[in-house]
Amino acid sequence: MPLLTIEDVAVELPTPRGNLRAVDHVDLSLEAGRTLGIVGESGCGKTMLSRAVLQLLPRKAKLTGRVMFDGQDLVRLDRESLRQLRGRDLAVVFQDPMTSLNPVLTIGTQLMETIQEHLELDASAAKARSIELLAAVGIPAPEQRLAQYPHQCSGGMRQRIAIAIALSCEPKLLIADEPTTALDVTIQAQILDLLAREQQRRHMAMIIITHDLGVVAGRADEVAVMYAGRVVERAPTPALFKRMHMPYTEALLAAIPKLEITPHTPLPAISGRPPDPTRPLQGCSFAPRCRYATGHCREAKPGLKGAERPDHLYACFHPIRMAEGIGA
Amino acid sequence: MLNFVVRRLLAILPVLLAVSLLTFLIASLLPGDLAFVILGDQATPENVAALRRDMGLDQPLWWRYLSWLGHVLQGDLGRSFRTGQTVLQAVAERIPVSLQLMLMAEFIGLLIGVPVAIACAARAGGAFDRFMTGSAFAMLSMPSFLMAILLIYLFAVELHWLPATGYVPFTEEPLANLRFFVLPALTLALAEWPGIMRVLRSDMIATLQEDYIALAKAKGLKPSRILFVHALKPSSLTLVTVTGINIGRLLGGTLIVESIFALPGIGRLLVGAIYTRDLVILQGVVLLVACGFVIVNFIVDMLYAVLDPRIRHGHA
Repeated sequence: MPLLTIEDVAVELPTPRGNLRAVDHVDLSLEAGRTLGIVGESGCGKTMLSRAVLQLLPRKAKLTGRVMFDGQDLVRLDRESLRQLRGRDLAVVFQDPMTSLNPVLTIGTQLMETIQEHLELDASAAKARSIELLAAVGIPAPEQRLAQYPHQCSGGMRQRIAIAIALSCEPKLLIADEPTTALDVTIQAQILDLLAREQQRRHMAMIIITHDLGVVAGRADEVAVMYAGRVVERAPTPALFKRMHMPYTEALLAAIPKLEITPHTPLPAISGRPPDPTRPLQGCSFAPRCRYATGHCREAKPGLKGAERPDHLYACFHPIRMAEGIGA
Repeated sequence: MLNFVVRRLLAILPVLLAVSLLTFLIASLLPGDLAFVILGDQATPENVAALRRDMGLDQPLWWRYLSWLGHVLQGDLGRSFRTGQTVLQAVAERIPVSLQLMLMAEFIGLLIGVPVAIACAARAGGAFDRFMTGSAFAMLSMPSFLMAILLIYLFAVELHWLPATGYVPFTEEPLANLRFFVLPALTLALAEWPGIMRVLRSDMIATLQEDYIALAKAKGLKPSRILFVHALKPSSLTLVTVTGINIGRLLGGTLIVESIFALPGIGRLLVGAIYTRDLVILQGVVLLVACGFVIVNFIVDMLYAVLDPRIRHGHA
């Protein structure tokens, strides 16, 4: 049985212009110890989906569907059980380490409070564990760091600390929501490698949310591509990079700058904008921007299905086949 | 940190100097000649001229200011020409009353304001929040003399629980002293808590939107720890400012409340000095109260640094 199963999850946010479909009936699953990459442009609902798993949606948001985690439906779980689950079995690393750590509490406090909340450890054992965790995420002189405040650390350091907090109770699932977007490029690879290494070592499941296909290549076992609140393509990472079927995935990959192109060449950006999520949508959500779209695409909604392989799903009437694959 | 303290201390010196100059000018520029006031019906031109010479009133204004400042710096604020008491004696006699009133009023105000603000922010927009925000607004618009009269009517006249007016020193009869202070402190506190509640509530609501609060929830912390440890401390800077201003203001006594409840505090000393044109007392008390205000604000600055490590380390 998978560790996490997202079944028909939809999230609607009330706005003055009407209800906004942030997540539009998504199904996903993740086995223990595996990594799932969720990729999509900003506003595609990937963060809202992760917040739905964590049950940290805005109070006014309407959530339907089921989020089965370790045999329990998180959507229907009572608040106290949910609280005990979060931080212990279910951990998260947010995008911006400049805002995700409390500026007025020491790093030691922020680490130890999580440990002491969930594990039966006294203050000195919790402190020893905190030092161990900071060392594990590559922080030099971890003992001195405990007494420091977040503003005394660099962005990369802070993200390492946030990761140490997430790992502190050996979670079964770690959700990393754009963990490197706010960091310097030189730090990004280090943080991603750290996450991958700890994931292997602790045998935890991980969801990496990103807008960058390059981040999940080689790091995720499976990739789900989201567009306008829907999953539009889902496949094991090597299969996806070998033959992507959904035109949106292709466009997303084409938009990544490459080294070998000549200077001053405009990037093949995806023209147009995602559909207005407050309006009802007929047909394929990507059709208005898709160069392969036909009249059929604008009238009927393509279902998520696999044709060639059962584990490579895509929602497209005119899937593309790439002859030569791209190394993952 | 030491650097920070020294910098702030140096910054308040010019403020204190300006305060002394303004205090002196206000007292000196009041219409009417002090010598006439003191001499009353014995104010013959010769007597007036002699007294003016004795008091240095015939000297130019700047000279009088410098010589007054010189005395002040040596701890001599002057002596009332009516009672013969020095300013320091008069203030020392009255300050315990005003100080106790201020402390009790702030304590009660915070005791009501802080929990209400936290409860409102935790469920912003809910029924409790809307009710309390409305009540706070109503309280804020009620003048203190009306509140005082209502409280006296309810607790002293109707219920006979508390005395309406009077005072005994705490050192003589502690319990009776506290009973005398309850109504005046409550009158002030009921005017203080709406302000406390409103600033803390809006700061808390803003803080609760922060990423680090979402992370605290994701860490599975108890709601009480999230509210009191993660949200309250970063939200309390404006609260500290408002409390500091309130304390500074109440330090100078409260003319209306002290008069209604017959408490012999700084406020009544000032009123008395104004009625009797006792300019030396007036000038001295205003100077001391203003200095107290400046010092309280200095302490508030220090508290910022305690609350927010970024200020302490010069990052903000």
